[in-house]
Amino acid sequence: MSNFRLRKRARREIHLGDLVFSYFLRALSFGLALLLAVIGFFLFRGAFASISRYGWSFVTESVWDPVQEVFGSAPVLYGTLVSSLIAVSIAAPLSVAIALFLNEVVPPKIGKTIGFLVEMLAAIPSVVYGLWGIFVLAPWLRTRIEPILAQDLGWIPIFSGPYYGVGMLAAGLILSIMIIPTVFSISREIFKTIPTAQREAALALGATRWEMMKISILGSSKSGIGGAIILGLGRALGETMAVTMVIGNRAEISASLLAPAQTMASVIANEYAEATSDIHLSALIEIGFLLFVVTFIINAFARLFILRETKS
Amino acid sequence: MNPAVLSQHMSQRYLRRKITHWIMMGVLALASGLALIPLLSLSAYVLTQGIPGLGINFFTHLPQPIGETGGGMANSILGTLTLVVLASLIGVPWGIGTGLYLSEYPPGRLSTAVRFSADLLASIPSIIIGLFVYTLIVIPMRRFSLIAGGVALGIIMIPTLARSTEELLRRVPVHVREAGLALGLPRWKVILRIVLLGNARAISTGIILSIARVAGETAPLLFTSFNNQYWQRGLGQPSSSLPVQIYTYAISPYEDWHQQAWTGALILVLLVFTMNILTRILLSPRGSSS
Repeated sequence: MSNFRLRKRARREIHLGDLVFSYFLRALSFGLALLLAVIGFFLFRGAFASISRYGWSFVTESVWDPVQEVFGSAPVLYGTLVSSLIAVSIAAPLSVAIALFLNEVVPPKIGKTIGFLVEMLAAIPSVVYGLWGIFVLAPWLRTRIEPILAQDLGWIPIFSGPYYGVGMLAAGLILSIMIIPTVFSISREIFKTIPTAQREAALALGATRWEMMKISILGSSKSGIGGAIILGLGRALGETMAVTMVIGNRAEISASLLAPAQTMASVIANEYAEATSDIHLSALIEIGFLLFVVTFIINAFARLFILRETKS
Repeated sequence: MNPAVLSQHMSQRYLRRKITHWIMMGVLALASGLALIPLLSLSAYVLTQGIPGLGINFFTHLPQPIGETGGGMANSILGTLTLVVLASLIGVPWGIGTGLYLSEYPPGRLSTAVRFSADLLASIPSIIIGLFVYTLIVIPMRRFSLIAGGVALGIIMIPTLARSTEELLRRVPVHVREAGLALGLPRWKVILRIVLLGNARAISTGIILSIARVAGETAPLLFTSFNNQYWQRGLGQPSSSLPVQIYTYAISPYEDWHQQAWTGALILVLLVFTMNILTRILLSPRGSSS
């Protein structure tokens, strides 16, 4: 065999293996990129019967009655929004405070340990939170907290009416616990990227440590924290098991936070088994499709926020 | 203003700033303590409520019918193991393959799209993935099955594993790859044998973490692998799993089942925590230098 042909063969063999391998990896990656679109398409197809039958009334009407085949998801959307807002308004300040405390105040070793513990909160399965919610949190709310709220603050609509332990408040609280690790760890990552010189500059001007945090840390990471909070919100919106177990599962709009409610994720988890009619199933899939679209938009938005922060 | 008054004014202001500082330190410390309360309460309850039900029966017996005491979650534990294996068969090659593409090949439009897609996919609620697999597999097959559950969990594994693999391999110095290429090895061998196997330890932590994540997933299993009070009868059949069984028992009105739910939760939490701590040990500097 001539030298030339040998070289040509060798080169071709190498290229073939590499070619196959790179196309294989490319196919896997392309499949992953496509997966989102495929999921969206299948959900839309499953929801089509419901979409074409109810149209916009599906999101504007407030009666959800599977027996009569009337599906208005307004109470479910309301429940999702309110429970997530409760969660975010509790978790956001707490998480940022923890991130500040662990990153700026305590010695690094202690900060690392406590940070690890807080992050372990994220590793606990949702169903275990739900179990704890049913047997610990809800009874505690019913016997200790809600009687006081109802008695002393009952004149405010959000604390009026009968209380059961389970309900919007319980769901909001358990969600807040569940999203703390998300908001905390992103906030801490952002604080870590702030150069020490920026802290020293504030201290050198005579700022106290708290003033330094306000000026050099919080001031320069506003949009990053905003992104972290939105990511937490995205997680709260779609959280299923723990919420299903403590929210009381009643699809009605009530001003009171003590009343049972329903979220998009919890209605799906709750009714899938009893969804005997095709239209009921399709309505549940439409809820899923809406949840998919909403979390998609929220997360894309949050990522843009955080991206802008880490680039600058 | 004379100097004495001025300095008094200044020191008052300084005092006020000092007090604000200390109050805020207190608030921050309080917030950190507050966040740990649920973790402590939850751990305490899972331990104290779960341990009494722990026994050999829990791991070897099937659930008993309502009214009879005893019984265990043997079928649920087997179901969860089966689901995790099925999920890994899909999630591990796909996730790591994508991670390799992202880290080893020049960036382009595809890799940007894949990264964006993976991040979004990771934040899509897991119940949506379950619903997707329900319309994809369960409806055409006309029954719940382990396969469907495995596919759902596998899809959940892919994006996190892809991103963690990419992150880990980016830290591998370029000269390691160049050394392989200089020996005349084809690129695919360099990637598989040197880049991937050479960092098997780091990669395996990513795999363990993703398994820990899906092992506790409940929502996607509700309408894919469903539940079953007996041993599983094949991959095309519904099966119990630890999280779904905990859920079923927790919302039941029976005291005995609540007990079992706590014990199940204890097993699940121990499993997940062990895997998380294992990865920390594998990744610690002392561990990797050996």
